[in-house]
Amino acid sequence: MAKSLPSWSALDKHELFPQVKSDDVSRLNFLTHLNMHLSGNVLPGVKTAYETQVLPEFKQQHGREPQDRHEVREAMDDNSYLQMWSALRRNTMEMRHQLGRSIVLKDSDIVTTKVKNLLSAGDNIVLDDNCTLPYNVSAVDVHCQPGCYYTEYFEDDVTVANSYDIGIFVTTAGLLGGLSDGGGQGLGNWLAKQHPDFKPKRILDIGCTIGHNAVPLAQAFPDAEVIAIDVARPSLRYAAARAKALGVHNITFMQMDAEDMAEFADESFDLVTTAMFWHEACDRSMISILTGINRVLKTGGLTISLEQPQYTDKPVYEQFIRDWDTLNNNEPYWGRMHERDLAQWHSECGFDGSKLFETGVISKVDENIFGKADEGGEDFGRAPVWNAFGIWK
Amino acid sequence: MDFAEKLSLANTRAKGKRPQYLQDKQTEQVMAITMALAMELHSTKERLASLECLLADKGIISRDELDNFQPSATETAKRSLDTQEYLNRILLVLDQEKQAMTSNDKSVAEVLEELKD
Ligand SMILES: C[S@@+](CC[C@H](N)C(=O)[O-])C[C@H]1O[C@@H](n2cnc3c(N)ncnc32)[C@H](O)[C@@H]1O
Repeated sequence: MAKSLPSWSALDKHELFPQVKSDDVSRLNFLTHLNMHLSGNVLPGVKTAYETQVLPEFKQQHGREPQDRHEVREAMDDNSYLQMWSALRRNTMEMRHQLGRSIVLKDSDIVTTKVKNLLSAGDNIVLDDNCTLPYNVSAVDVHCQPGCYYTEYFEDDVTVANSYDIGIFVTTAGLLGGLSDGGGQGLGNWLAKQHPDFKPKRILDIGCTIGHNAVPLAQAFPDAEVIAIDVARPSLRYAAARAKALGVHNITFMQMDAEDMAEFADESFDLVTTAMFWHEACDRSMISILTGINRVLKTGGLTISLEQPQYTDKPVYEQFIRDWDTLNNNEPYWGRMHERDLAQWHSECGFDGSKLFETGVISKVDENIFGKADEGGEDFGRAPVWNAFGIWK
Repeated sequence: MDFAEKLSLANTRAKGKRPQYLQDKQTEQVMAITMALAMELHSTKERLASLECLLADKGIISRDELDNFQPSATETAKRSLDTQEYLNRILLVLDQEKQAMTSNDKSVAEVLEELKD
């Protein structure tokens, strides 16, 4: 950790941010540093343990190398160094959520009222009390976030959303930018650069949570009408209030299960996006939702998803590490999604899978967080790249 | 919402059975408590550093005065609440274990099976 990490204080604090006192800023920064230390300093030791202890033993026993990540996991399971790293990583995640919740609960009366006031016009949100939670959302609290994205512990509670908003910095150390919207910004940049003539009029974002990546799309296409859907009521209410607070008015948040988008007409969107969505789906919804996307997407339109890269062709040890979240961070579908054949999946849902492309979209380095680029203005190596896959219909 | 309620909501555990990583449970809990203490110590150090800067800048308080400080009744009451919150945070792992004892979560591996066709 040769370079100093940005402070949590550098985030853009929109109207819904709670007041965060200096002690809590210290704690947030501590956890950020702890995460970076675990990935930068401790995790390499896990690889060493694999290469020096576990792999030789495996080879001796089986006369070959492990064939897949499952074999690596079984072989690594009782390795002491892995256990410590895992225990620390899990614990840091739990500390992040406790800290986030304790901070937002202090100001929850104020923030609850602000959200209510920002939503009083009711012109950018459509809630549906009949919308039920799919099992892939309700089975466990994903990434160990108490209450997941949808629980309201008291009337009009938005603490799950508020805590998520202020806490995501702790796992990304500012790479997502001041508004944690780097992925969506990157998508906007990529479209502007690669497809300057593509001017979507209607955009649908699926599984928007609090709109981190839907809002920058609305900003990139100010003349477009953006609809962002999710099943999680408190997240949607927070998202709609947050968009207002940020002065973004061409976006509507709707409570809707993406598996049933009957409300949307055939071929009614030019662009359909998701961000970090598919790994929280399930076998059934991956098919039904993408089939639905194909139906609502105009011919000539684009659907594109920001998602962690697939495991395909990655060394088995790397697959095993990438897959940590599946069993250890309450992300049960993570690994299964990441081993899926993307082209074949698109074909199963009515697209021409052979047209699938994968790319990296790049967000600008946020100078408020990381300072100005070095002499020469090159952001080489600093600009974060977000993995994406998509298909033109 | 009262203070006690906020404390308990802050320590809500995430639904889903927690894996155990270390050989025995108590060791793992001690580790969690230790890391929480590390964070608290860190923020205390920073606060002290800020205080020292301010004191030095303004030339107000001597080291002696700090050592012999007597908090007022209001300050004492505030510190009690702070201490309760402090313990609530650093003993999180035991609080959540207590919550877990009365829950009936499936393992994430079991849920993965259910998510398959
Ligand atoms: C990891 S979050 C996505 C993050 C978000 N796209 C962003 O840009 O920050 C996944 C979201 O998908 C939502 N979700 C999962 N299944 C859904 C479904 N069938 N219909 C609508 N939303 C769903 C969850 O409620 C959750 O808010």
